[in-house]
Amino acid sequence: MPSIDLIANVVVAGLLTGLVYGLMALGLSVIFGVVRVVNFAHGEMMTIAMYAAVALFGAFKLDPFLSVVPVAIVFFGLGYAMQAGLINPFITRPEHSQFMLLVAVAIIMVNVLLMIFGPSALNVQVDYQLESFELGPVLFDKARMYAAGMALATSAGLFAFFKYTSTGKAIRACADNNLGAKVIGLDVKHLYALTFGLGSACVAVAGCMMILLVDVVPTLGPGYTLLAFVIVIIGGLGSMPGALFGGILIGVSEALAGLFFAPSAKSMFGFALLILVLLFRPQGLLGRKP
Amino acid sequence: MNPRARLLLGALLAVLLLLPAFASNYVISVATLILYFAFTGQAWNVMMGFAGQLSLGHSLYVGVGAYVAAAMFVNLGIGPWLGLWVAILVCMALGAAIGFLAFRFGISGVYFALLTIAFAEFTRVGFDHLQWTGGSGGLFLKVAQREQMDLLNFRGPPAMYYYAILALAAGALALCAWLLRSRAGYYWQAIRENEEAAQALGINTFRYKMFAVLISSAMTAVSGVFFAFYYNNLFPEQIFHISRSIEIILGPIIGGIGTLFGPVLGAFVLTVLADGITELLALFGVEVPGVKQVFYGVVLLGVVMFLPNGIWPSLAKKIGVGK
Repeated sequence: MPSIDLIANVVVAGLLTGLVYGLMALGLSVIFGVVRVVNFAHGEMMTIAMYAAVALFGAFKLDPFLSVVPVAIVFFGLGYAMQAGLINPFITRPEHSQFMLLVAVAIIMVNVLLMIFGPSALNVQVDYQLESFELGPVLFDKARMYAAGMALATSAGLFAFFKYTSTGKAIRACADNNLGAKVIGLDVKHLYALTFGLGSACVAVAGCMMILLVDVVPTLGPGYTLLAFVIVIIGGLGSMPGALFGGILIGVSEALAGLFFAPSAKSMFGFALLILVLLFRPQGLLGRKP
Repeated sequence: MNPRARLLLGALLAVLLLLPAFASNYVISVATLILYFAFTGQAWNVMMGFAGQLSLGHSLYVGVGAYVAAAMFVNLGIGPWLGLWVAILVCMALGAAIGFLAFRFGISGVYFALLTIAFAEFTRVGFDHLQWTGGSGGLFLKVAQREQMDLLNFRGPPAMYYYAILALAAGALALCAWLLRSRAGYYWQAIRENEEAAQALGINTFRYKMFAVLISSAMTAVSGVFFAFYYNNLFPEQIFHISRSIEIILGPIIGGIGTLFGPVLGAFVLTVLADGITELLALFGVEVPGVKQVFYGVVLLGVVMFLPNGIWPSLAKKIGVGK
């Protein structure tokens, strides 16, 4: 039986990582909530952001916290273009058709990364990765703390955007009543593209933070896609607080599963939780009834 | 089926039957792969193409079917002819459990698809830690003498596997043609087009959706058993992986969802394309990993964007064979 101190440390680490997971899932949730398309290339976009941070660090010694800005801006533009050029024509097509479109995009993404960066694991090394704050027996890993803080700040910014700006309100109007939004003259296609851009920017920030915590290989993508699904469904597909809550839940349960069972078995708990939630509360823990 | 379609199908079958007589082992192995994907795609098509239930976790049935038969063979010495039936029963039980839970709780569309992924992934991690079947280290069948034919244990030369999968693919095609024109087939199509309307007309949608899942999982189990005895090695990481599920459904989607011949055509196009790209890259001496998959992705993107109904419907019209 591991000591209480060890358990506390593991829970704290899981919670902080969970916030970064939550930000990644938030991107997926926002996109689904508005556009009603499930982004099956989400985890692949996450790995692209991680590689972007690695490349910027390698070329200019740019700290991933500074990379956040350019990477998020580029991702916003790419996300906008992807929705406007690729996905908008698929909005009225059946789900399996949308699924295949994004799977094709995901396959291309994974393998272009493989062609450019090769199959070996890459990371960034900054001095604060080895430092930590101490609070009694509990260690707060500095990199994890900063990453979680950044994830929280980005999420707060996104909440504020949707709550207070008129564009944010317009996007929510599209999500609530698509026809009504069209009737009052909102440019729905533009707002969809904007939403996909914002979702992509969330992933970009999450990716830049994640590279401080784990190494990246091209094949991480599908795993992250599944992880993001698990999180948003547990939290409630389309619910923004739900995504963060689900992220923390999965982060902590993964960390504890790694401690008490085998680290390789950790994703099993997430999937078991997902199956239970789907069956007994399909709208998610924090989701509204449809 | 009009006379021209009959003639073309007969000619195709004749060519396939005679293939081992003049083709090299390489061609036979490619043809086996095509027929394998045609058969598995047909199984998935029953659920999605006919009844409209999107499963993205069909690797579950391939994997469990393969593991059940292989583990019985390796660990207990029970041959594949008995193992096959056990595998089918286990997969049908799994399909029934997933279908029952999903349909009883009213889960459909994207949520149903994600539920199927979740079950497949859950099982993958489970098999990674199941020592009786070798865990993540894999389960291996003894590779038999390729020249001797041992039908009882389903070991033998490539041509034997080829004929086995040809019989399965042809049988599946016939079964699906019959199903599509049966009462269940019409009910499925009604459910696919509009479930509420189908229910209003008095169709027991729960029962017929379950029926589709059971047939599909049973057929996919057979494909898993074939996979185990043809490839002789199983790893949870590979056989349950989501990319396997995607591989299964690519054929029917590219060929044409809900059509009878779509899965066959799709399997042919994809396998030949993949092999063609490999050959072409080897010819130019390109050895960057990932190039082939990028081509693959681009072609897939093109088909999804410009041929939303798949290749078969438009091709069928051109050669005048109806649906």
